[in-house]
Amino acid sequence: MFETFETLFWIFAKIWAVLIPLFLAVAYFTYMERRVIGHMQDRRGPNRVGYKGLLQPFADALKLLFKEISVPTHANRVLFLLAPALSIGPAVAVWAVIPFADGWVVADINAGLLYILAMTSLGVYGIIVAGWASNSKYALLGTLRASAQVVSYEIAMGFALVGVLMAAGTMNLSGIVEAQAGPFWNWFWLPLLPLFLVYWVSGVAETNRAPFDVAEGESEIVAGFHVEYSGMAFAVFFLAEYANMILICVIAAVMFLGGWYSPFHGVPVLGPALDWVPGIVWLLLKAGFFAFCYLWFRATFPRYRYDQIMRLGWKVLIPVTVVWLVVLTVLIYAGVGPWF
Amino acid sequence: MAEFQSYTLNFGPQHPAAHGVLRLILEMEGETITRADPHVGLLHRGTEKLAESKPYNQSIGYMDRLDYMAMMCNEHGYVLAIEKLLGIEPPLRAQYIRVMMDEVTRILNHLLWLGTHGLDVGAMTAFLYTFREREDLIDVYEAVSGARMHAAYYRPGGVYRDLPERMPKYEPTPYRGEKELREMNRAREGSVLDFLDDFCHRFPACIDDYETLLTENRIWKQRLVDVCVVGPERAKALGFTGPMLRGSGVAWDLRKKQPYEVYDRLDFDVPVGTNGDCYDRYLVRMEELRQSTRIINQCVDWLRANPGPVRLDDPKVSPPSREEMKDDMESLIHHFKLFTEGYCTPPGEVYAAVEAPKGEFGAYIVSDGANKPYRLKIRPPCYIHLSAMDEMIRGHMLADVVTLIGSLDVVFGEVDR
Repeated sequence: MFETFETLFWIFAKIWAVLIPLFLAVAYFTYMERRVIGHMQDRRGPNRVGYKGLLQPFADALKLLFKEISVPTHANRVLFLLAPALSIGPAVAVWAVIPFADGWVVADINAGLLYILAMTSLGVYGIIVAGWASNSKYALLGTLRASAQVVSYEIAMGFALVGVLMAAGTMNLSGIVEAQAGPFWNWFWLPLLPLFLVYWVSGVAETNRAPFDVAEGESEIVAGFHVEYSGMAFAVFFLAEYANMILICVIAAVMFLGGWYSPFHGVPVLGPALDWVPGIVWLLLKAGFFAFCYLWFRATFPRYRYDQIMRLGWKVLIPVTVVWLVVLTVLIYAGVGPWF
Repeated sequence: MAEFQSYTLNFGPQHPAAHGVLRLILEMEGETITRADPHVGLLHRGTEKLAESKPYNQSIGYMDRLDYMAMMCNEHGYVLAIEKLLGIEPPLRAQYIRVMMDEVTRILNHLLWLGTHGLDVGAMTAFLYTFREREDLIDVYEAVSGARMHAAYYRPGGVYRDLPERMPKYEPTPYRGEKELREMNRAREGSVLDFLDDFCHRFPACIDDYETLLTENRIWKQRLVDVCVVGPERAKALGFTGPMLRGSGVAWDLRKKQPYEVYDRLDFDVPVGTNGDCYDRYLVRMEELRQSTRIINQCVDWLRANPGPVRLDDPKVSPPSREEMKDDMESLIHHFKLFTEGYCTPPGEVYAAVEAPKGEFGAYIVSDGANKPYRLKIRPPCYIHLSAMDEMIRGHMLADVVTLIGSLDVVFGEVDR
């Protein structure tokens, strides 16, 4: 009996050890977004609340907390309030299988990759339900766009990850990272370069971020699926979106950039010289680079039109992945380079 | 199974891309638009009717509020019509000042258009960049007229006052270091002309910046090329003017074809598009930014070399100076008459038009010989462009609506009047 409680306690402790930093990361990602884009656009960004505006995310969260959650007339109340939960649930659940450093993982399961694909696919239901339940044409348009987009890019992303699976020979995420042990030219980004790019583009599309943000499309359909949401209900969508963005960044680092390994792992002099740096720092640095790219894209690119996104997904990204999977098979059979 | 039916979508007036108060009733099949019905009038203030009840000069301020992105150009059209009616011509220096300020206004307008057009299509950085430069030109407005937007600077017979010898400067705040402040005020040490001179020299590099972000961007081109095409004949038939007409390949510019003020003495080119799509209209306006800079440069040089009066020396239409008024009986009477009754125009009707940033802005005045117009009719470019909306957008997608609204460059102060 006591042992069961102890196990449960440790599971909860581990979950919170992931969740709390995750929510903090989301909070400061929004802050970073506003500051970085601010600098790119020759303005300052938030700099009043706390030192250099560092408390701004909490001020925003507090504000949203005190706002009324208004439910539109003739909206489906139950589904309307269920949608944010459907959206945040999978976004948080995926983190269970992410290895932050050697052995730092909540659930070290063998089908980790499958679990990730399953969970990220579930996230779209939150969007679909939100748009459907809102009883608004704008929300419905946003939902239609989002679901079509996420479903098509899921395929490209899935194929890209199949490449990783083939290269690593395992679905366990820690195993995938260990398969890349070595300096940076040993990591999968090099042999899987086309897949890496496809993964990253579909990742941006999957999270509905600029330049693929047609589902929110500020200037077209106002805010898309969450146009009718306010207060904490909106904040939960927001949280889920940013948690998903960070997730895409971390997965990119784990799958293609050698996870927790330092760029000079195993190199004679530089390798041991950098051994003192904990693995999680490398992972965060790599993920941070992708996070920065998210913001960079947002500040630079105009928005795709809905049909153009579809064309890009189906006619460019998916064929590229299919072709490269064939090439990859040949590479693996031939046992090319330091990778296979 | 139910048959798929079209549905209507109410777009605006509360919409981020409505550019004010545009209300569109869109009839759609999925994402495709089968009919667009613009509803106008939400910003109607009765400018034309109001002008009938007050002396000519008192309506100048209303003109600013028509197309509130091209303030002085509107004044220009109205003032030009009054001058035509009175048969007067302002001194040369005033004409140069007007041309210079018209071009400043054109840059102001095109910068706002570029920023919001970019924002509509999803590129938000250009918006912040253009507003940085707009701020400088708005300061020029402030320096010459005292107001940042609604200038009321032009008068029949000239302009309200000569260009000032100093520019407004940034003041210290707790958030600005002394060095930063000095850098911000660097170009503002001299006169307005010095500031504009400096602006003309750094502005082309800014245009290059905007173009780097947009012109060759694949997404930008995908969103603009071949969207909402209008052929040259159709554009003429629809009554297009300005960049909308030139984007379709018709080289029509009032500054060249019916030169007013001193445009015939200045050296500039009129860019013309070929396809008549949103991308061509974008390119035309970008080139106009460069051409306007050229015109301003020439005006600055001329104005520096040629001081002189900026108002007609005719006390019947332009007020005497403050000093004269204090010790000269006749001037006092003129001043009193001018500011209470105004002036009477000979009966008749005139139409005068200027090439405003958005197209031909014209004022048609019918006078019965009184001190106020019997009827004032304003010809706004945007209203006419907007009426072609339905034709241009049919068969396109919802995302193209915002592209087109940006490309039309509509401002509702002018559409609704």
